[in-house]
Amino acid sequence: MIGEGILKGMAETARNFFGSYVSKDRLVTLQYPEQRDPQIEAARSFPFLVCDGGDWQQAMRCVACQICEKECPPKCIFIEKSKDKKPDANGKLQFYPAVFNIDISVCMSCQICAEVCPFDAIKMDVDHDLSSDDRFGGLLLNKQRLAKSNEYYNSIHPTEAAAVDARLAGERARQEAKAKAAAEAKSAAEAKLAAATPVQPAIGEPR
Amino acid sequence: MTQAIDQIFVLTKHWLVGLVPVGAQPLCSAILSVAAIIIVFATLFAITTWLERKGLGRMQNRYGPNRVGPFGLLQPIADGVKSLTKEDIVPITADHAVHFLAPVLLVAASLMGYAVLPIGRNMVLVNLNAGVLYFFAVGSLMELAVFMAGWSSRSKYSLLGAMRAIAQMISYEVPLVLASIVVIMQAGSLSTVSIVNMQATYSGIWPHWFVFTPWGFAGFVLFMVAATAESNRSPFDLPEGESEIIAGYYTEYSGFKFALFFLGEYIGMFATSGMAITLFLGGWSAPFSFSFLTWIPSYFWFFAKLLALIMVFIWIRGTLPRLRMDQLMNLAWEFILPMTLLNLLTAGIWHFMPAGSLRWLVCGSMVVVPCILLSSRMKHKKKLQVRIYHYSE
Repeated sequence: MIGEGILKGMAETARNFFGSYVSKDRLVTLQYPEQRDPQIEAARSFPFLVCDGGDWQQAMRCVACQICEKECPPKCIFIEKSKDKKPDANGKLQFYPAVFNIDISVCMSCQICAEVCPFDAIKMDVDHDLSSDDRFGGLLLNKQRLAKSNEYYNSIHPTEAAAVDARLAGERARQEAKAKAAAEAKSAAEAKLAAATPVQPAIGEPR
Repeated sequence: MTQAIDQIFVLTKHWLVGLVPVGAQPLCSAILSVAAIIIVFATLFAITTWLERKGLGRMQNRYGPNRVGPFGLLQPIADGVKSLTKEDIVPITADHAVHFLAPVLLVAASLMGYAVLPIGRNMVLVNLNAGVLYFFAVGSLMELAVFMAGWSSRSKYSLLGAMRAIAQMISYEVPLVLASIVVIMQAGSLSTVSIVNMQATYSGIWPHWFVFTPWGFAGFVLFMVAATAESNRSPFDLPEGESEIIAGYYTEYSGFKFALFFLGEYIGMFATSGMAITLFLGGWSAPFSFSFLTWIPSYFWFFAKLLALIMVFIWIRGTLPRLRMDQLMNLAWEFILPMTLLNLLTAGIWHFMPAGSLRWLVCGSMVVVPCILLSSRMKHKKKLQVRIYHYSE
């Protein structure tokens, strides 16, 4: 008989209609701005620049090597290298980005910039509430808006950030050991030199 | 007192009309009635959009609109502001005059039908002696508006949508009118007022609605199916099938003209539902004759029935998927049209047989048996064949 299936289907929708008032489990919708799903660790939105504590200008890991700018497929990164050098978080003199802009209306979240960065300075953010009433300026992130602390990085991607921190700490220790060894070698050489100094005039003397 | 509540709008209008000079009274009376109809049904349109979105949402286990105002009740206002402030884009190659006139004509045509709808006791704009005929005549103007929209847009999707709409609306116009003829046969009148008056009598507590007879029930169901197709609503929404032809005949409309199309469509749906109520569900008459219910005014019953029918429309929209074009046409010409024709015969036999259980048996079987036969024939014709793939496994 025609209409049998229709009646069955209408019973089903009626069950859904009344069921949604009775059992809250049926309503799977998350009321977004107020309620949020827990963040997935592997999520990524747009890049940000990691800073090692303290003043963000001083502590930025970026040394303006411009590799990310060159690798960026949609060319959304714009970097202007500084003329002078400033000490970085380790106290070493480095170039720094005078201008660092990312146009996130162009960015395609491919993560290539984060992968090519030799200094672990650019990483992927998870912030996605980026809507703005200014479609150009509001989506062009400057250096200040891009700079975020290493603690923030640890909070959004704990596993990845821990690995990065361990690697950086290892490198720093190695460098320190190397520097120490170099210093020791230097001081030893100096000591040797100092020991050898009295002989020196003899060398300089004509035979 | 009961009388006063029931006739409050009629009495208010008489009082207001009495304030103006005699010469201006007919014009003033017409303007008052038309303004009331437009305001009431435009408000009902706003409420229905909210109800529809809420109802569909709940059927799909969602909340529906819940941001603007309590329970999202101000959503229609937000929608209205949005469509008013949007840019009105007209395609450069479009026929500007016709493109502009199409939504206007659609709304005008769908509003004209209300002239003969008895909304309550003594509450009808004009008691035409050919009211039902007039209603279907102005109802068919909507087809013209739809075709104007599709043709003037100069877009292939608009034209395809308009073609589908014309094919569908003309196909279903026939069963729509044929399904209502049974009532005209029984009532012996084309006047909507006398059709309702005939149904507003009671035996015991039960009213003499035409839907409580075999031919009336069949006629009501067939009328509602045809009305769904006439108002281009799901599952007969091929003319605007989003997944196939963008938005059909109003693809090239934006801003308030687009909103006018929606308004026209909903107003048309209310008008056909109102006609179904008038013809089969006893118009403004109460469903039971209890003495303690007499204080409820007649227009309340009309709007209660109208809202119930709107709920059914929403329920059907939430349930059924869209038909294919051939299924749509087969349903119209192979099932609904023969059923309405047979229903005419059933109504005639009902009229000439003496009242009793034999009349019920004969007329009931005259509705049920053809329905089963026709549907099994349609099912038989549906050949499900195994597809043979020539070039792959």
